[in-house]
Amino acid sequence: MINRRQFLGTAAALAGASAIAAPAFAADPIKVGSLLDLSGGLDIYGKPMADAMTFAVEEANAAGGLLGRQIKLISYDTQSSMQLYTQFAQQAALKDRVAVVHGGITSASREVIRPVLDKFKTLYFYNTQYEGGVCDRDQFDTGVTPAQTVEKLVPYAMKKWGKKVYVIAADYNYGQITSQWVKKYTIDNGGKVLSIDFFPLDVTNFSSTISKIQEAKPDFVWSALVGGAHISFYRQWAAAGMNKSIPMASTTFGVGNEQIVLSPEEANGMLVCYNYFESVKNPVNTAFLAAFHKRFGADYPNVTELAMGTYQGFKLWADGVRKANSVDRMKVIEALETGISIDAPSGTVTIDPPTHHCILDVHIAEVKDKKFDLLQDFPQQKPLDTAAVCNLIKNPNDNQQYVIKF
Amino acid sequence: MDLIALLAIQVLYAIASLALISVGLAIIFGMMKVINLAHGEFLMLGGYAAIQANRLGLSIWIAMLVVAPVVVGVIGVIVERAIIRWLYGRMVDTMLATWGLSLFLVGLTTAIFGNTTAGLSAPLGSFEIGRYRMSVYTLFVIGIAIVVLGGLLAVLRFSRLGLIARGTMQNANMAAGLGVNPNRVYSITFGAGAALTGLAGGVLAPVSGVFPTIGAAYVAKCFITVIGGGASIVTGTMTASTLFGAVNQVATYVTTPVFGEVALLAAAIVLIRVLPQGITGRFFRRSL
Repeated sequence: MINRRQFLGTAAALAGASAIAAPAFAADPIKVGSLLDLSGGLDIYGKPMADAMTFAVEEANAAGGLLGRQIKLISYDTQSSMQLYTQFAQQAALKDRVAVVHGGITSASREVIRPVLDKFKTLYFYNTQYEGGVCDRDQFDTGVTPAQTVEKLVPYAMKKWGKKVYVIAADYNYGQITSQWVKKYTIDNGGKVLSIDFFPLDVTNFSSTISKIQEAKPDFVWSALVGGAHISFYRQWAAAGMNKSIPMASTTFGVGNEQIVLSPEEANGMLVCYNYFESVKNPVNTAFLAAFHKRFGADYPNVTELAMGTYQGFKLWADGVRKANSVDRMKVIEALETGISIDAPSGTVTIDPPTHHCILDVHIAEVKDKKFDLLQDFPQQKPLDTAAVCNLIKNPNDNQQYVIKF
Repeated sequence: MDLIALLAIQVLYAIASLALISVGLAIIFGMMKVINLAHGEFLMLGGYAAIQANRLGLSIWIAMLVVAPVVVGVIGVIVERAIIRWLYGRMVDTMLATWGLSLFLVGLTTAIFGNTTAGLSAPLGSFEIGRYRMSVYTLFVIGIAIVVLGGLLAVLRFSRLGLIARGTMQNANMAAGLGVNPNRVYSITFGAGAALTGLAGGVLAPVSGVFPTIGAAYVAKCFITVIGGGASIVTGTMTASTLFGAVNQVATYVTTPVFGEVALLAAAIVLIRVLPQGITGRFFRRSL
């Protein structure tokens, strides 16, 4: 009869043996972590990004992997919850020991996991368009910032519609900071911001806001609303017939495929400015869309700006790994800081070494019948807003987000 | 002048939507003393039923006004037979059971429909009041609320079914002694409450969009309205939703939607402190 002491001894021996016996094969996979909201109010953003990530990893693996090793994607669903972001970021860094984390959608989620990944020395790619200003050597931002988009869209909209703007924004750091940028560029162009109203992410009752907007009589409305619940603003706005009398521009519309969820009557005429649209014409984009539709079906709704940001972010990182010939964090950072550039479906994307942001093409587009019509192109825009405050070559230990003071 | 008219309509709309979503719970809780924590999910199911019916080609009016209540009414009868029947008189146990039911319904809908916001476009277009534009759909919601409450009052007061229902709720044994089957009355009443909730969910789907967890936003307000209203079903719901809807809308207009909700909750706290039995515990005592 086995007694407890014998049992514990054998168990410990077996555990020790299996730990030692796990050999480090040279062909074991490179782990890439992905933290995205695949359920909850923010899943309209997260699901296309997750698809793009899957596609990017599969594409890289089919071409032979990275440094002769296959890439393993470890994907976490953060369920639109900040708590899960922190938890999964720690798990990815400590338990899975990923080589890089691609993820974070809202600016709130980014600021929650940035210190976690800094502390555990894990490279972080934030692939979502945001309000600019993050200065952190451990992080690379591949999304557009206000100096690249808002700075172009505000004067375009003002020239088209008039000088008085009413701003509505989501009530968290992205909405608050972006609305300050909108205010700055409006005033710089001789306009006036009549009011800035903030709404928490779960508000669905906008009737009094719509009356207030009518009372203020702006020339156009600027929307920085975020998430599934805020889509009801566009519905209620159209139901009140306002979309025929007051036009709208936005820094967030379309990023969650709102132009597909809403009907054409509700969404037509909205002006947006982003890096990527499916209607961008170049051979890389044509090849990308063909391969993407082969993987996900010809009826895939729309490859969003954030999905393309994720794809581009992955490819930049992969190029960094190849140049550094290693997945070691510091080596990859130094390789990326030489100014790595890729030919992406949206055009040429280059990393700007002092800011760790990207130089990208942007286009102004108008929503038309569930698609985007490109109106004006601005090639190779530099991230001037972050560049004004951040220089990681001179101050490599800088680690904060700079916020516009207004 | 037109601003006052605009505000008045918005206040009426807030009152009407609050009354519409609460009346189903008023029937279920008020008449049968069942704490139905899955009430928000019935609203959500009504919304989804309307959206799916519309997607399958039915006119939006039939989808909202016929399909949504029928579908949720049937679900209500099934729920009553399977779960609630065994728990009459055990209030805390019904809370637990209906809470589990709500989690189950949320999970089931997420699995079937996914977690993205679905929606309908509001029909009917807009109209002008002076310098302002409003959606005609707002007036439609107000109209539906009046019809539902009026119809409920008429059924309870003037019809045989209403009489039997009221009698069974007051004294089931006596009603049984007079030849009424109480179990069937309970099923029908629960089904009717669920059907009215489904109707509310369908009617409000174009306004706010539907996603599986939307019930959580509504269930608290419904319970506040029903308990604030007190024992009478129709009068209680009407008076409580008038008070809370007006407070909510005025506060929302003056500040932001967030403070509107805070004001509603503050009013509820004050009301329940001053009138612990609800409004109809003290005023309009004998009404329906």
